[in-house]
Amino acid sequence: MAKVTYLEAIRQAQMEEMQRDDRVFIMGEDIVCNVFGTTTGFVEAFGLERVRDTPISENGIVGAGAGAAMVGMRPIVDVTLSSFLYPAMDQIVSIVAKSRYIYGGQAKLPLVIRSCLFYGNANAAQHSDRPYSMFMNMPGLKIVAPATAYDMKGLMKAAIRDDNPVMMFEDGTCWSSKDEVPDDPDFIIPLGRGDIKREGTDVTVVAVAGGVPVALKAAKQLAKEGISLEVIDPRCLMPLDRELILRSVRKTGRAITVDPAHQTCSAGSEIAATIAEHAFDALRGPVLRVCTADTHIPFSPTIEKALFPTVDRIAAAARRLVGIEQPAAA
Amino acid sequence: MTDQTNDRSLEKYRRMLRIRHFEDKAEAIHAQGEIPGALHTYAGQEASGVGACMALGESDYMVGTHRSHGHPIAKGAKLRPLMAELLGKATGICKGKGGSMHLSDFSVGSLGETSIVGSGVPVATGAALGSKLKGDGRVALCFFGDGATGEGAFHEGLNLAAVWKLPAVFVCENNGYAVSTPARTHVPVKTLADRAKGYDMPAIIVDGQDVDAVEAAIAQAVERARTGGGPTFVETKTYRYADHAVNMGRILLDRGEEVGEWRKRDPITLYRARLLEQGVSAETLDAIEREAADEVEDALRFARESPLPEQAEAFDDVFTAAVPIPDYLADA
Repeated sequence: MAKVTYLEAIRQAQMEEMQRDDRVFIMGEDIVCNVFGTTTGFVEAFGLERVRDTPISENGIVGAGAGAAMVGMRPIVDVTLSSFLYPAMDQIVSIVAKSRYIYGGQAKLPLVIRSCLFYGNANAAQHSDRPYSMFMNMPGLKIVAPATAYDMKGLMKAAIRDDNPVMMFEDGTCWSSKDEVPDDPDFIIPLGRGDIKREGTDVTVVAVAGGVPVALKAAKQLAKEGISLEVIDPRCLMPLDRELILRSVRKTGRAITVDPAHQTCSAGSEIAATIAEHAFDALRGPVLRVCTADTHIPFSPTIEKALFPTVDRIAAAARRLVGIEQPAAA
Repeated sequence: MTDQTNDRSLEKYRRMLRIRHFEDKAEAIHAQGEIPGALHTYAGQEASGVGACMALGESDYMVGTHRSHGHPIAKGAKLRPLMAELLGKATGICKGKGGSMHLSDFSVGSLGETSIVGSGVPVATGAALGSKLKGDGRVALCFFGDGATGEGAFHEGLNLAAVWKLPAVFVCENNGYAVSTPARTHVPVKTLADRAKGYDMPAIIVDGQDVDAVEAAIAQAVERARTGGGPTFVETKTYRYADHAVNMGRILLDRGEEVGEWRKRDPITLYRARLLEQGVSAETLDAIEREAADEVEDALRFARESPLPEQAEAFDDVFTAAVPIPDYLADA
């Protein structure tokens, strides 16, 4: 075990899987110059055939990834920022997600599409997207959004070994966070299994991606007030570990979802609906959502920061839920 | 004519006839309501598909379009699973989940027949990239229409293939119309082959009604691809007899005398005349036509006798592993 950053975990996972399997290769914009440090040493280790700089051509490279996957390769396509997934919507939706299905199982697409959630850094609306929820509305895509270096390494390796298309969303607010990460080349976290990041008894907080560290801070703060939060990180949004979430809600009787995506039709909204549908009898109050407000992300930092989930908003939601239970005593 | 060229010529004739009989039958039973959904037929374009596929090896790849029936037959696919697919049967090549726009048989090297115009181009490019990385010498051929050349996916795919000198062949089946819009209103260049200039890609324009000419042009492109020379753009000038889709309740576009003019250069009639001239007997050619018609009848019989898919099969192949089926459909 060594303590490494979230970005280093991405690098290690890719490096190990490319060493393990010749069919794995990586392509994307500015891979060789290695903008964010997730391909340091790759050209030296694997050469320019397996480490490919591409034109700025997201639709083309995602589609090329799909074609290469169909003929037995295992491509990693890095589109860098998740905002750049939009030009590739055509290939992601019509080819990547649907090819196996429309051809009756004849196609296999072991393809990883990487992108970063690059919000909270004064980059304005076209560079600050958190679009995983959009892809949750499309069958055929596995969707992963890790919050820690440990999870990132294990899930990235699982994604590369998976025989289906996987979209890896890498939260920029977690990039520099550090974690103990196993060196075992076969360390894998199976896709679809959530994790209890902090045990608690009063309120279940289901937090997504960069929402997880914020929820953990809120839990720490509320513990001083005698309110115990249980923080659940689904880690994968598709498949979603519903059992883990529902078990926790059945235990606490209260639920908050925390999601850096815009609230309407967010992952947090889907999880809230799942809880309301399947654990209504256990609930002692409404399921509350702490998401990003339904407006665009502005450039000016003074008005940007408050739009995303904050410790204060999570704490207020938790107090409200606990208070609802004892209105008379309050 | 040597025996070998003779066999090859007869095979081209056979495959074109299979397509024509398949399409005639499909159109007839679609009119009677036996085939659900839209039906896009390939009749008229047979020489383009067959000429191109005959220039490929069995293990080479092919990506096609919504006008999907002709390509797999041209590449050598069996007819039974194709017809069963049109009827939405469980024995269909796509298990009843693709239909007319997706007759794709991976066992003959197909990597999809895709119905979003232009979307197959990056896929073929990726298959060619896979071949290059593996060094297995396979070539990826992509069919698309004149309409696709207005799509971003087309340009991105060509650009990648050219930059990386991939073993790809891009076949523009120019039938003159993007649905109902004539090429002159949506293409600014004189010929579609001019599109390739922006990618410094060699281009060949060929008579798409002449199966031998198409085969020769594609063979040249395949040779270039296989020997590391990179991609080639081939424009086959051809024509579809039917409207964009058949039996739509109204004709989208009345093309007047034009259809009749093109029928005078029907690819199958032209080829029959050439084969007769080359000394093949009429009896031989008639026998091939009867066999093709019989194969289509056999495929239809198979399709009709095949079971429909079970409701639960709507959930197969979303992923490689099973996905949950909602309670209200579990026992349906």
